[in-house]
Order: sequence, then C-alpha cells, then structure tokens
Amino acid sequence: MKTILFIIQKEFKQIFRNKAMLPIIFVLPIMQIVILSFAATFEVTNIELAYIDNDKSTYSRELISKFKASNYFTINGELSSAKQGFDAMQKGEIDVFIEIPSNFERQLIKEKEIALSIQIDAINGASAGVENAYINQIIQKFNAKIRAELMPVIPKSKGLKRLELTPSYWYNETLDYKTFMVPGIIVLLVTMVTFFLSGMNIVREKEIGTLEQINVTPIKKYQFIIGKLFPFWVLGIFILFFGMNIGRFLFEVPLLGNPFVILLFASIYILVFLGMGFLISNFTDTQQQAMFIAWFFVVIFILMSGLFTPIESMPSWAQKLTEFNPIRYFIEVIRMVMLKGSGFQDILPQLIKITVYAIVMNILAVVSYRKVS
Amino acid sequence: MSIKTTNISKLFGKTEALKNISFNVKENELFGIIGPDGAGKTTLFRILTTLLFADKGTASVANFDVVKEYIDIRNHVGYMPGKFSLYQDLTIEENLEFFATIFGTTVKENYDLIKDIYVQIEPFKKRRAGALSGGMKQKLALCCALIHKPKVLFLDEPTTGVDAVSRQEFWQMLKKLQKKGITILVSTPYMDEAELCDRIALIDKGEILNIDTPQNIINKFDKQIYNVSAKKTYKLLTDLKDYQHNYSVFPFGEFIHYIDKRKDFNKSDLYNYLEKKGNENIIITKTKASVEDAFMDLMKT
Repeated sequence: MKTILFIIQKEFKQIFRNKAMLPIIFVLPIMQIVILSFAATFEVTNIELAYIDNDKSTYSRELISKFKASNYFTINGELSSAKQGFDAMQKGEIDVFIEIPSNFERQLIKEKEIALSIQIDAINGASAGVENAYINQIIQKFNAKIRAELMPVIPKSKGLKRLELTPSYWYNETLDYKTFMVPGIIVLLVTMVTFFLSGMNIVREKEIGTLEQINVTPIKKYQFIIGKLFPFWVLGIFILFFGMNIGRFLFEVPLLGNPFVILLFASIYILVFLGMGFLISNFTDTQQQAMFIAWFFVVIFILMSGLFTPIESMPSWAQKLTEFNPIRYFIEVIRMVMLKGSGFQDILPQLIKITVYAIVMNILAVVSYRKVS
Repeated sequence: MSIKTTNISKLFGKTEALKNISFNVKENELFGIIGPDGAGKTTLFRILTTLLFADKGTASVANFDVVKEYIDIRNHVGYMPGKFSLYQDLTIEENLEFFATIFGTTVKENYDLIKDIYVQIEPFKKRRAGALSGGMKQKLALCCALIHKPKVLFLDEPTTGVDAVSRQEFWQMLKKLQKKGITILVSTPYMDEAELCDRIALIDKGEILNIDTPQNIINKFDKQIYNVSAKKTYKLLTDLKDYQHNYSVFPFGEFIHYIDKRKDFNKSDLYNYLEKKGNENIIITKTKASVEDAFMDLMKT
C-alpha cells in the first residue's frame, strides 16, 4: 500500500511538472466546451436564398417576403432565369433557389393548386434536409393563410376536416442545442483526457527507459498498474466536475437528476478507458504509435456515440456495433440524468454493461503486461 | 558462486546474439565483460537481470535461478542500464527515494553504502535529474542501483560517454563497493578498464573468447610487440600493412602496434624498409603487451 501511495505521489509530481500537461488539463476542457457547444449545433442558419419571380403578383411577393422575414434565410437576390440559378449554385454563392411560375396567383385563385420549383444544394446532405424542412414550413404557413383568404367562410358542419399537430418537446422544451450538446461534450473530454494520457504515460516510461529500471525491481504488477493509473482516474473525475460546472453556470444546462449517479457511472466508465490505454501501451513502443491507435478508436467511438448523429438513424448492423461503444452509454446516461432526472434504477442497464466492459478491459491489460520480454 | 551461466544462447530473428555463454563469477569478485559494441554484452545483462529469457541454457544469480526464482533475484540485484534511465523530471532526492520505496526500504537504512557517492551529488539534491551533467547522472544512477543493498551489482557500460577523470573516479568507487562485499559484473568497451577487474571475459560476436585475470591474459600473450611511430601516421600504417613479414598491425594511441611473423626479427630490417618507403622520424621500440593486444590477437583467430 505504501508503495502504491508513493507511485501515485510520484505520478502527480510528474504530471504537474510537465509543462505540456497543465494546459491539457485545464485549458483544453474550457476551450472545447465553449467552442464546441457554440459551434456544434444542428441548426442551419444564414441559408443563401435566391428566387426567380416570373409572376410578380401580390401573392408571389408575399411568399418572398415570408422568406425574407425568416431568421434562417438570407436573401441573395432575384434571378432572371433558372440557368443563372444553377450557375450561382455551382459557384457556391447560393444554397437554395425558388422558381415561382408566371401564372402563380391566377392558378392559385382558379385551380386552388400550383406547383413551385425549389432547388437545394445537397452537397451536405444533413443541412439540405434541414433547409428543405424550413422551406416547407414557410410554404405551409403561406398556404394556410392563402387558404383562409380564398375560402373564407365554411360552415362548421361541412367544415374542412383538418388534423393539426402541436408538438411539445419534452426534456428540452425549446430544443436548445446547447442543452443537448454540452453533456455529450463533457463525456468526450473525460474520455480523451483519461484515454490519451494514461496510454501515453506508460509508453513514455518505455521510451525513456525507466520501465526497464522498474521491471528489475521487486514491485508487484498490481502495485505498478494501480499507482500509474489512479492519478488519471482522479484527473478524469476532476474534468467531469469541472465540465459540469461550466455547463451549469455558463450554458445553464439543467441538472435535474442526482449528480452522484453521474459520478458513480463516471468512476467505472473511466476505468474502461484507463484499461484500454494501458492495453494499448503494452503493445506499442513509442508514444506516437500509442497515440495513433488511441485516435483510431476514439474517432470511431465518437462518430458512433450518438452525439452528432442519432444512433436510431444508423443501419441496424451499425446500431449493433454501438453496443460495444462505451462513449455511447455515458452520453446516454449523462443526458438522462441531467435533462430527464433519471435515477440509479434507470441507468442500471448501462451501468451493468460498462462494469462488464471495465472488468474485461482491465483483465486484458493486466494479463498482457509483462515485466519480462 | 555469485553468478553462474551454462550454455546461454539467445537468437534475435536469425542473428545469434549469444552463443553458448558459460562463465562463473565468484562471491565478491569484480568481473569484467569486455567486448566491442554489438558483442552481446547488453543482451547478457538483460538475461541475468531477468528482463529477457534466454533461448537455451541456464543461469543463476546469487544462487537464484533467473527463470524460476526471478522474484528473489529482483530483490537482490542492482542494475544500472547503459542508457540513463531515471526520471528526468524528478530531483536527485526524489529519484533516490522513489527507488528506495519500491524496493521496500528507505534511504536512511542503507545510507552507509551510498554515502561516499551520494555526498558528491548531495549539494544538487534539489536539482532535477534531467539537468545534471553526465558524471553526476552516472553517480545518481549508481546510488539508485545500490539503495536496496544488492548482493550483485550489474553495470552495463557505466563509463561510456564519461570523461577520463570521472571514469577513474568511478572505478575507485567500484573498488570501494567491492570491499563492502558486493559482487560486481561490469561491461565495458574500454580495454584500459579491463585491467582494473579481478577477472575478465573477452567477448565478441556473442562468443566468449577467453576468461582469465587480466595479468594472465597478458602473460599468456607470447608475441613481441613493437611501438612504431613516424611523422605521417597514416602512411606508416599502410606501409606496415604492406610489409611482407607483418603478423598484425593496428593503431594504439599515438603509436602503431606491430608484430612480426619471424622469430629472428631485426628492428633495422623494418627501419630500412620504412625509410625506403619515404617515412621520416621513424622510431621503433619494444613494448609490453596489454589486454587490448591480447584481445586483438584473439579476434584475429
């Protein structure tokens, strides 16, 4: 026990003496939370919109003005032909253009029906989908208004049967992206700091030759491993605490549940990545190799974590793969607890899975660590 | 026996790093492993310090088997690798304390053993190891290897890259440690250091060429060596190599060591030959053989 405490003490000394380490621990989390939370939103704004108004009627102008009034669109200008529109899109000057046919108003009044042509730049599929939804919304509203004007009085008995949907968004009423993103980004921070630092730390001892010096001593495997990894566990918990406070006070992300549930989950979750980092360092000889392998896993884990793209929209084989993604579980848990107020009972399935994961990873790491080559 | 190895062999891929190495080191002996770079010295040390398994053969250190009783060995040996491998970002004091702790002891307990060495670096004990000079790093590494009072001390090329004065000091320290009852196995590429050991093993390309006391090795060397010098050393060297009666020629410090094939060698014959070749200020004198001469001769055969 004394040996373990001494190694822990030595690790902390080294961490705080390493000039590159302190910024990683303190500055990186703040930067990432602040920058990512503001930047990583799914909202598409400043959509460059152009239009071709072949009708130049009251209705057509009204439709255009609806777009002008929207916060999402910036009116790029009026075009004279569709060809001009395609050219502008090719150059990347506009994202969307609408062509209003010449008989727009007349048809609307006479036939109660008219087709509009809308061209969307779909080079980024995700934003094209969102843009389409915005445009539809505006046209729907316009439609409803015109309908009311054109068919003013309809007796109730004969009344048009219409279903109206009024969604109410639970757990995040205003669909605030920051509320949604910040908890996930805290998870990423905790993951990256513990995974990268623990993995690199042991390889570093290999690189500078101290591991060999340690290996000739009678120190026990478990003493060395616990002594090496515990400081990074503490760091991980610290980053979690730090990140959650930034989230609470800077972004006003709600914390409905019990923070100790998150703490409990995190303390096991970090063990998964410490074990993984240790495992990688057993099979690599330089920090560079360790870093590349760690990156490989982190990128896959992040992309398949449900942070940026919902897991539900992945193909079923990919959904099955995410079962092996520890980041996915922590993101689920932290969102559930912070936004929904879930308790211990609710996160139990995730907690069990992550515990099994942690045990497996650490057994693999300990078994593969050899003091003799 | 403090160290006992029998037919140790080690392969790295197709390279034979060690071939049937057998030797014994007596209790309290200062034993030198002498050989050029790549001879297999470090591999041998790594096997004896339980960091590497041999492919064939057995070895024991302090009467413990290196494979079966490796845990006991780790408690009883000190190892100073060739490359400085202490924590550069910890101070002298912290490094020493760290190694004392993981050996389950304290600095105080074995202070008498390291005292002579430690006092020399003590004024800098708050300095980080990375900021020390080569000689001081070496002293610190020695202290760390001694802090648990080992029975056997392994020093892998401890003087490589250290200046002449520090080297001399270092060997004096080793002699003192020997008096305190520690068996020392030291490797070095420097032949002049070989003569300071009790016994030496000459090793080249993974094979032991000879094991004996330095004096015996020199005594057994029966050929007469001549120191030859002239104004232009390089020209002299090539001329000597061209000389039909030469047995061996190699540079040795400021001279060239020359051995003739003939029993009835006459200095003036060689003098005349060299003068004819256009060498100036030629001096030829008899000299005593050193370990290096013996080693060069062994490597030839």
